[in-house]
Amino acid sequence: MAIVLAMQGALSQGVLWGIMALGIYITFRILDFADLTVDGSFSTGGAICAVCVINGVDPVLAVLFASIGGAIAGFVTGFLHTKCEIPAILAGILTQIGLYSINLRIMGRSNTPLLQTTTMFKELALKTNLSANWVALIIGMVFTIVIVAILYWFFGTEIGSAIRATGNNEQMVRALNVNTNTTKILGLMISNALVALSGALVTQHQGYADIKMGIGAIVIGLASIVIGEVISGGKGSFAFRLSCVVAGSVIYRLIVAIVLQMGMNTDDLKLLTAILVAVALTVPVMLAKRKQLSNYKKLTKEGDNKSC
Amino acid sequence: MLKIVNVSKTFNPNTVNEKKALSDLNLHVNEGDFITIIGGNGAGKSTLMNMVAGVYPIDCGHIYLDNVEISLLKEYQRASYIGRVFQDPMLGTAADMEIQENLAMANRRGKSRGLRWGISAKEKTEFREVLKRLGLGLEDRMTTKVGLLSGGQRQALTLLMATMIKPKILLLDEHTAALDPRTARKVLQLTKEIVEQDKLTALMVTHNMQDAIDIGNRLIMMHEGRIIYDVSNEEKKNLTVADLLVKFEEASGDKFTNDRMMLG
Repeated sequence: MAIVLAMQGALSQGVLWGIMALGIYITFRILDFADLTVDGSFSTGGAICAVCVINGVDPVLAVLFASIGGAIAGFVTGFLHTKCEIPAILAGILTQIGLYSINLRIMGRSNTPLLQTTTMFKELALKTNLSANWVALIIGMVFTIVIVAILYWFFGTEIGSAIRATGNNEQMVRALNVNTNTTKILGLMISNALVALSGALVTQHQGYADIKMGIGAIVIGLASIVIGEVISGGKGSFAFRLSCVVAGSVIYRLIVAIVLQMGMNTDDLKLLTAILVAVALTVPVMLAKRKQLSNYKKLTKEGDNKSC
Repeated sequence: MLKIVNVSKTFNPNTVNEKKALSDLNLHVNEGDFITIIGGNGAGKSTLMNMVAGVYPIDCGHIYLDNVEISLLKEYQRASYIGRVFQDPMLGTAADMEIQENLAMANRRGKSRGLRWGISAKEKTEFREVLKRLGLGLEDRMTTKVGLLSGGQRQALTLLMATMIKPKILLLDEHTAALDPRTARKVLQLTKEIVEQDKLTALMVTHNMQDAIDIGNRLIMMHEGRIIYDVSNEEKKNLTVADLLVKFEEASGDKFTNDRMMLG
């Protein structure tokens, strides 16, 4: 029974964190920008949401405010990178570190519990009498479907195409009269808005916001993306690939649930995640090299035989 | 049309690698001019193109396009009036996007981009017609990712993209240099057709002297960041490669030792 419950929990958590993975997908894959703002903006989303809810703001509206906070964080990173010409990774780290203090300022302390206040999850559970995991799954799915639909639409528009092209070939889009500074900043804003939105949902779901909740978020997001790409094989429509990222996030949570059930120490989780991502990113490279080598051997052998 | 006045550019100033790429360059391009630019390596041909396109800021001087000063505009801003084809076929197109998506991006050069769908149904039919012009069969592969095309096909596509919205000036920076001779011929033929039919004003850098003589109505030769020879119309048509070599030695007081320039 415990294992079934753990699996259900993993499923709902995977969907809620999957929205963060979608955000990272936008910068990492579409914009080709390794954005480390995420670890900070995820907590920012949680902090803003918690403080809003405690002060009586509607929980749905609180999620919106959290997203706006995330978008601002993304803008700062984009500004540092494009206008101040700070390298991408450093720009992200600077924002991330700055956000740590800002998040503490927002909450006024390092942990904000939501025990006494209402959340979307509590409200829906009251109305439907469903278990906490089901409620989380339903809310997570609704948000995910709406977001995937919006992203699918947006990246097909003129501005969206310009952002995709920026990640593909900056020189070309500049020659086609696109301001790549704007497209990069816009991509970072959308990405971090989604990350903060995910942080807000996770906060409402777990019933507290914590200053440390975002630590390692970027690696979890990357793990979801690489697992998702194994499922999609890098093929299929844009909407399908986005869905695979969310599926990757769920599978990641399932793997975590299984190893924890098998008795692994929670302290070792981050190491496991890091190794998982490193291996997943290495495998395609190794496969390509092996293929190249075996092709070389085959062709050389054929050549040698002919000349003999 | 395009007026370049006293433009200079020095790379890595005040270092051992200091390189004066353009010095006090003046050029007046008339409407409808198709100018071929020749010169040895490091003569400043590509720098001239990049200065007009705004890739790097110029040190001093003025660049006017249609009597509007563009010297301080950013690269992407100038791109509203300028069409470009690069030497590297990989640079002009986005590999992970479809042929029609690339064309749609180019079809919005100089226009504001909003939340309309990135490509309209009307454009798709238009693009089919435009692609037929290339004679490469790309009109039946509009949803193919550009990364799957050959260098020649990509370069032809880039040429189409650069001229789709009529540019005030078209910059061709050795755009056939990376192609095999047959493909290069074809892309060059296409360039001529497009420039003539659309009555474009164009600058073309080339290392092939015969092409430089045969194509266009005006030829300029550069050396050490200056224009050392500028010839138009009838006088240009009567030139031979040998004439150009002599001219070069005269003007620069230098023997022509560059192998690539010798290939005629």
